[in-house]
Amino acid sequence: MVVLQAESEIASINMVYGGAGCGKKVMTSSSSPGVSLMQEGITYLAGAELPCVVVNVVRGGPGLGTIQPAQSDYFQAVKGGGHGDYKLIVLAPSSVQEMADFVELAFDLAFKYRNPAMILSDGMIGQMMEKVEMKPFTPRWTDEEITKMHPWATTGKPASRERNIITSVELDANAFERFNHKLQAKYKQIEENEVRSEMFECEDADYLLVAYGSSARICQKAVQILRAKGIKVGLLRPITLFPFPTKEIQALLGHVKGILSVELSAGQMVEDVRLAVEGKVKVEHFGRLGGVVHSPEEVVEAMESKIIGG
Amino acid sequence: MSIDIKDIIKPENLVYQKSSLLTDRVMHYCPGCTHGVVNRVIAEVIEELGIQEDTIGVAPVGCSVLMYNYIEVDWHEAAHGRAPAVGTGIKRLMPNKYVFTYQGDGDLAAIGTAETIHACNRGENMVMVFINNGIYGMTGGQMAPTTLQGMKASTCPFGRDIERDGNPLRMTEIVATLPGTCYVTRHAAHTAAAVRKLKKALLKAFDNQKNNKGTSFIEVVSTCNSGWKMTPVQSNKWMEAHMFPFYPLGDIKDV
Amino acid sequence: MNEEIIIAGFGGQGVLSMGKILAYSGVMQDMEVSWMPSYGPEMRGGTANVTVILSDSRISSPILKMYDTAIILNQQSMDKFEKYLKPGGLLLYDGNGITRHPERKDINVFRVDAAEEASKMQSSKTFNMIVLGAYLKIRPIVSMENVMNGLKKSLPERHHHMLPLNKAAIERGLEIVQEVQVVG
Repeated sequence: MVVLQAESEIASINMVYGGAGCGKKVMTSSSSPGVSLMQEGITYLAGAELPCVVVNVVRGGPGLGTIQPAQSDYFQAVKGGGHGDYKLIVLAPSSVQEMADFVELAFDLAFKYRNPAMILSDGMIGQMMEKVEMKPFTPRWTDEEITKMHPWATTGKPASRERNIITSVELDANAFERFNHKLQAKYKQIEENEVRSEMFECEDADYLLVAYGSSARICQKAVQILRAKGIKVGLLRPITLFPFPTKEIQALLGHVKGILSVELSAGQMVEDVRLAVEGKVKVEHFGRLGGVVHSPEEVVEAMESKIIGG
Repeated sequence: MSIDIKDIIKPENLVYQKSSLLTDRVMHYCPGCTHGVVNRVIAEVIEELGIQEDTIGVAPVGCSVLMYNYIEVDWHEAAHGRAPAVGTGIKRLMPNKYVFTYQGDGDLAAIGTAETIHACNRGENMVMVFINNGIYGMTGGQMAPTTLQGMKASTCPFGRDIERDGNPLRMTEIVATLPGTCYVTRHAAHTAAAVRKLKKALLKAFDNQKNNKGTSFIEVVSTCNSGWKMTPVQSNKWMEAHMFPFYPLGDIKDV
Repeated sequence: MNEEIIIAGFGGQGVLSMGKILAYSGVMQDMEVSWMPSYGPEMRGGTANVTVILSDSRISSPILKMYDTAIILNQQSMDKFEKYLKPGGLLLYDGNGITRHPERKDINVFRVDAAEEASKMQSSKTFNMIVLGAYLKIRPIVSMENVMNGLKKSLPERHHHMLPLNKAAIERGLEIVQEVQVVG
């Protein structure tokens, strides 16, 4: 493994661009303000269709903000962040085990679709320790394997092939529209094939919590507390935020009467939940802001006041 | 007796030919621009060293954004100012390949100053080419960090005012102070002699890379006749009279 | 078994490392564990706390409002966390510097004068292990063997010569813990 400390997040994401263009597995990691700095590079990576992994251990913003956990970078990760019509594949780990496992998964998906992938974590998952089982390390790809698997990589032009050019510039608008359509078709394919989510006590649920990452852990406890009170509540945890588990939420609408979307933000993912629900049942948001983490009891109270009694 | 042109164009009469590494694409540069010459010299150097299969170029944002259309090697098109970081990523993961970056003064000395300084300071083992024409050519002739005192540009129509705009930046002298650079030199490409010297410098820079010596940094003091609003010939004269005194040619560092 | 613990005191008292050793001990005993610190610049010399959960089943929220056990090592932490103990929960505290002792009547209270004992042992670094010993006396949820394995795992190898001293400190804690109040 080659490890290099960059002078800035701007430099690091562009080093990733350089390395990714060579067909190598390259990643970088930061926390919210640093990831804001990377947005330019991320849209270039998306535009050049380069696979890479970016980890954002989200902290409370805006601005320099706090160093405590938050989930307020959802829009930036899922809806864009940089300029142009592009999507990242966004994975949301909710345990330290997943934090480790998703690095490999993110690389697999990134290379499968030639698209940047993001692991959207937060200060809680980032700081905590848990039991982790590490998978055996896989050997580094050889030059021959890279040339074979990633014929687009800039490994030096032999006589046998055309030049490989990693670029996102196209001055002919019509050609660039065609390229944009190609990107959109790819995102649609990702939406069809790569949705991942986890259900917790959803089969008979009258009410549903939707939460990802650290909030999902907290909500799992809230489900236990509510079930102990005799209220049938389930939890749907999106593991991929793009693609979002829209159909999975829709499938529960036969018996679910109300949904509380819980995130450490002012309400970002709740928009995707509402888009999935299409007004069929009540959807509300709950979340603490700016680095304050909600307790399971607060989630219980919000569920009772906003959805069950609301 | 009249001489048929066909009798002259024969292999044995050949004194110069286009590098086989230059593509047939018509260059988009303005007539008289220095970029075309420097692009050509880089192609010749790669060809002469026989390192086409092992070379990856990094193109900038600016007039030379489409440089990857002209030289037959693998390329990365970098974001504005970030070529040294992109080059770092490539070189660190493929240390046996040759990497060169090519940037103008807005790219290398304004938006990408940090990436330039830090790549040079780390001594990234690559060749950095810096085209300095004292103006932002592509975007309409705005003032660059390298615009001379009193020199007119669209955003300083009465000339660069040091009090207001600060001093022109000598990036090449700055990077020469950094221990990571092994070879720092300033050239031009306005005469046949200057082009020959530039080519020698580039050959040496790629050789340094082969020997893992660190960063080789080559500035090419250039003209922008359309931005300067002069003919190519006037531009060359103006460059000699005004640019060379502030940006003197020659080696600054050769370790 | 599901034990939800808050350990709170000053930065430098070994609060986080005590939690870590407890968590590693749980791993050695094949339990599910989580270790969630409070963190930030205020930890440099300020208050520090860590939530440790040991459980037989998958752990849900690593951040909690109410705890089974609070291990309190300074007055600020006493003021902050006494009220967040579940009824019937355990409060274990070091008496050093405590001016307001626990007041609740619905919790079990134990005291260990670990700071005093650590100075007798002439090693302030044993402080947190004395507290850990006291805790394990009241709640023997992990075996001594697994505690020592956990300690070994969480200490860098260059500190492994300290293992016997730490073991002695844990054993001392087992001996000197005092019962203050026991409910039902």
